[in-house]
Amino acid sequence: MSVTEVQFQAARVEDAPAIAIQGRSQWQLTWRRLRSDKVAVGSIVVIFLVIIFALAAPLIAHLTGHPVNTAYTGIGENASGNPVGPGVHGFPLGTDQIGRDLLVRIAYGARISLFVGLLTTALATIAGVSLGLVAGYFGGVVDAILARFFDAALAFPFIILALALASVFSPSLAIVIGVITFFSWAGISRIVRGQTLSLKEKEYIEAAKSLGAGPMRIMFIDILPNLLGPVLVLSTLYIPAAVTFEATLSFLGIGIPEPAPSWGNILSEAQQFYHVAWWYVVFPAAALLITTLAFNLLGDGIRDAIDPRTERIFAGGKASRGKRGRRRNKDGGLSLDQAIVVGQQGDQTLDISRQPDVGGLDI
Amino acid sequence: MSMVWFLIRRIITGAIVLWLVATGTFFLFFAAIPVATVARNLAGRAASPPVLAQTTRYYGLDKPIIVQYGHFMGKLIHGNLGESFYLQEPVTTIIKQDLPITISVVIGGVLLWLISGLAVGILSATRARSLFDRFATLGVLAGISAPTFVVGELLILFVFVPLNDHGITFIQTGYNPITAGFVPWLGSMILPWITLAIVQAAVYTRLSRGSLLDTLGEDYIRTARSKGLTERRVLYRHAVRAAMTPVVSQLGIDVGALLGGVLVVEQVFGLHGLGYQVVNAIPQGDQPVVIGLVILAAAFVVAANIIVDMSYAALDPRVRIT
Amino acid sequence: MTDSLTGQAINDVPADMSDDTLVRVDNLVKYFPVRGTGMISRTVAHVQAVDGVSLTIKRGKTLGLVGETGCGKSTLARCIAGLIPATKGKVYFEGNDITNLSRNAMRPYRREIQMIFQDPYGALNPRRRVGSIIGEPFAIHKTETGQERKRAVQGLMERVGLNPEHYNRFPAEFSGGQRQRIGVARALALRPKLIICDEPVSALDVSIQAQVLNLLADLQDDFGLSYLFIAHDLEVVRHVSDSVTVMYLGRVAESGPGDQVYEHPRHPYSAALLSAAPAADPDSAAARQRIILTGDVPSPINPPTGCRFHPRCPKAQDLCATSEPALEAKAGDPTTHLAACHFPVETGENLARAGRREQQL
Repeated sequence: MSVTEVQFQAARVEDAPAIAIQGRSQWQLTWRRLRSDKVAVGSIVVIFLVIIFALAAPLIAHLTGHPVNTAYTGIGENASGNPVGPGVHGFPLGTDQIGRDLLVRIAYGARISLFVGLLTTALATIAGVSLGLVAGYFGGVVDAILARFFDAALAFPFIILALALASVFSPSLAIVIGVITFFSWAGISRIVRGQTLSLKEKEYIEAAKSLGAGPMRIMFIDILPNLLGPVLVLSTLYIPAAVTFEATLSFLGIGIPEPAPSWGNILSEAQQFYHVAWWYVVFPAAALLITTLAFNLLGDGIRDAIDPRTERIFAGGKASRGKRGRRRNKDGGLSLDQAIVVGQQGDQTLDISRQPDVGGLDI
Repeated sequence: MSMVWFLIRRIITGAIVLWLVATGTFFLFFAAIPVATVARNLAGRAASPPVLAQTTRYYGLDKPIIVQYGHFMGKLIHGNLGESFYLQEPVTTIIKQDLPITISVVIGGVLLWLISGLAVGILSATRARSLFDRFATLGVLAGISAPTFVVGELLILFVFVPLNDHGITFIQTGYNPITAGFVPWLGSMILPWITLAIVQAAVYTRLSRGSLLDTLGEDYIRTARSKGLTERRVLYRHAVRAAMTPVVSQLGIDVGALLGGVLVVEQVFGLHGLGYQVVNAIPQGDQPVVIGLVILAAAFVVAANIIVDMSYAALDPRVRIT
Repeated sequence: MTDSLTGQAINDVPADMSDDTLVRVDNLVKYFPVRGTGMISRTVAHVQAVDGVSLTIKRGKTLGLVGETGCGKSTLARCIAGLIPATKGKVYFEGNDITNLSRNAMRPYRREIQMIFQDPYGALNPRRRVGSIIGEPFAIHKTETGQERKRAVQGLMERVGLNPEHYNRFPAEFSGGQRQRIGVARALALRPKLIICDEPVSALDVSIQAQVLNLLADLQDDFGLSYLFIAHDLEVVRHVSDSVTVMYLGRVAESGPGDQVYEHPRHPYSAALLSAAPAADPDSAAARQRIILTGDVPSPINPPTGCRFHPRCPKAQDLCATSEPALEAKAGDPTTHLAACHFPVETGENLARAGRREQQL
């Protein structure tokens, strides 16, 4: 039978029925996996609590009766002028060296940390995604210049920049936000660029072009949705890095200026009192550690929820078995880890594989 | 031969980067703000008018920007970084004095982090999913999340203080130069090294573990095994070498983190190294120190990157043609 | 006259302002530069993907384009569609020169010229819902919006044989054949005049192929579409095409009305292709003698001199290595049937024997 003859038979054959499930988007599936991951859910709860804690700072100040910057030199210090401990004289977590309520200061510090962490990450993500898309999509000269720029920004020791700026302009919240944002976007850009480079060769991009779609439309409607997974993971992992960076800058005195409390500058003062006031070190440190740990675990959890094939660092949910290999998923796209690898290689075909890292920031 | 060319190309690139940094520094400190402020910054905020005038003349601040730039670069090339008014000493002198401290911290810290990070990473990878691996993973997570200064302070609180209270004075804060004795020097360096190393070791453990796991899954490793090579040989001659490339490239990026870590560690442990100097220079408004150390830091980053690139090229010959 | 670049003789094409010519391609050339390695990449050679191809597509008719992988047919299609810039030559659409237009100038033509792609899994964005994919032409060209658009999309879905209720599903939930239908619906949205089908059924099962081909045929009847149908399966092409062009290594080997080319192939390459096509009837398959082509598959970077097919041609002689044959009608053939060969295959000539004779030497 030739095709012609088969055709008459086939005309009555039904196509294979479409799979009879509801159209679940990638995000719905991701959310379901995330929900079943106990560690991730735990982290979300912790983060939620920290946020509440931060938002409730004025309430806490009201409840304890101690405004954030008021120094209670009388009851807030003991005989030798040192801080008093937890529970003493109505200070739930003790005081600092000039008698300010530590709990209240930590709560206000949480506001700063979360604000800086979330804002800088949001800004960096927007900037990073846009520039990465442009670099990856347009290629050529534009890409050559931008890619160099990303590499330079990534290798740059931002602490130096922060130092220099603080020296010239005096430390301020604006400098902190500027430096951290400037640091963070390059990492996101690099990954977005890598993904875009590989995605733009796909046939559906060609199809879009043949329909007359312009670059903006293709970048943001066709390419971007395919990128959101890695970008989300990376953003979530950048938040604790930003929080840490802010704390470090404040610790060194080039971040949030006194008297505004930041976990970093509280710990900076605490250095001189560790032998007489352990609470002064332990509580802010605990707050910082809990927050960053929770975000890191959440980032890991999201990464696993988006792409269950990668191996979990800390398998709290559905641990994945099987070898890590360079497998491509059904759409011919790259798995999340590979995507991040491609991003970091750019368009070189060097045989590197690595997990994403917010390099240069863990200080 | 290609390695030599590679090195030369990298040095040229490095020199360009340094020049860019110096220019940027000049721009920030001298050109971005009004002259009067510059003079005040350079002379100290409490400077009297005659001192201000002298500073203005010394730095040529009343001359056009281009001339100033020329002076700046000229001085730089001759190694003149100006004078710290607070300490009344040329910056270069300060650098010479404090460099040994910083170097002690850096070298010890880097060695510790590399060795422990790689060791734990390799062991974890070869014993994937074992108890060791799980503990290591936990440690990694904790390490990654903690800022360096928090680790430092906690170490002081929970190691130094209790030890001291019990009369064990081996571990100390502050610096003991090696010239005064090796053991005191070691005692003053141990906690700083651990502090510097912990966070980075965690990162490198995760990195080397992941990279090694990936490499071990490759076909050519399977081939080596099926040829009958012992596991140890397969591991160390083939797999580890290939797995090291991402580690090396991460090192290049981490030079920046290293600098930050040094700053922090010197603060926490009271080590009067270069990091300590520069951080303290800021509240005092001692800009010559800041400028000098910023440029020095940039030079260090460039040099470190060249070394890292060379190591990378030694590991992966394909890179040498770029 | 001869083409100044390629040296190939071309016969004079009649002035085409005749009403039924939709697309005219005039000596299209597309070279891809091959860059050398090194810090400054110089162009060391060219991949001569398309090297002087002329063809016409009539309104409401289908032109089949066949050739082996690498002969340049996909490149040619993309040049016509404006996705790749042409190096030389012209493409005329309804008499208008649309060669290498800027994106803005090309925009109105994008409504008229559409494409269907080979890979049903790659041609649709996996993260977009089907309704959005099919509705994209409306969005881009700002025609229907909102409810109207949805209705139009659902109408299209129905027309191509999909269930309009699946409007919000993702491509992953459809089979290969259905995905191709989605692609067809998308191409059809703006009622184009020309649809370029780049191997639209190659990736599908035979029974599904038939359905999709039927669909394309129906649509052609209903909407008066013209197709440029690219494939490597000769039976499929024969079934759908009115006229056929055979390409080899960037050039046209033979072209003409379908029946002519299939019954009386003049170019040895066409003859060889046809002999290799699987025949469904085992008896006729056994009786048929395959023409075996000898020689290496040449590279488009360094194509053979003279007639490009000569290294593998069972009838090749010295002239073939030195002189480029002109694309012209051979003795006794209608003027629409053209072949580029110095020693065309005569009716009834058995090339298989010629091939075997070669091998004995």
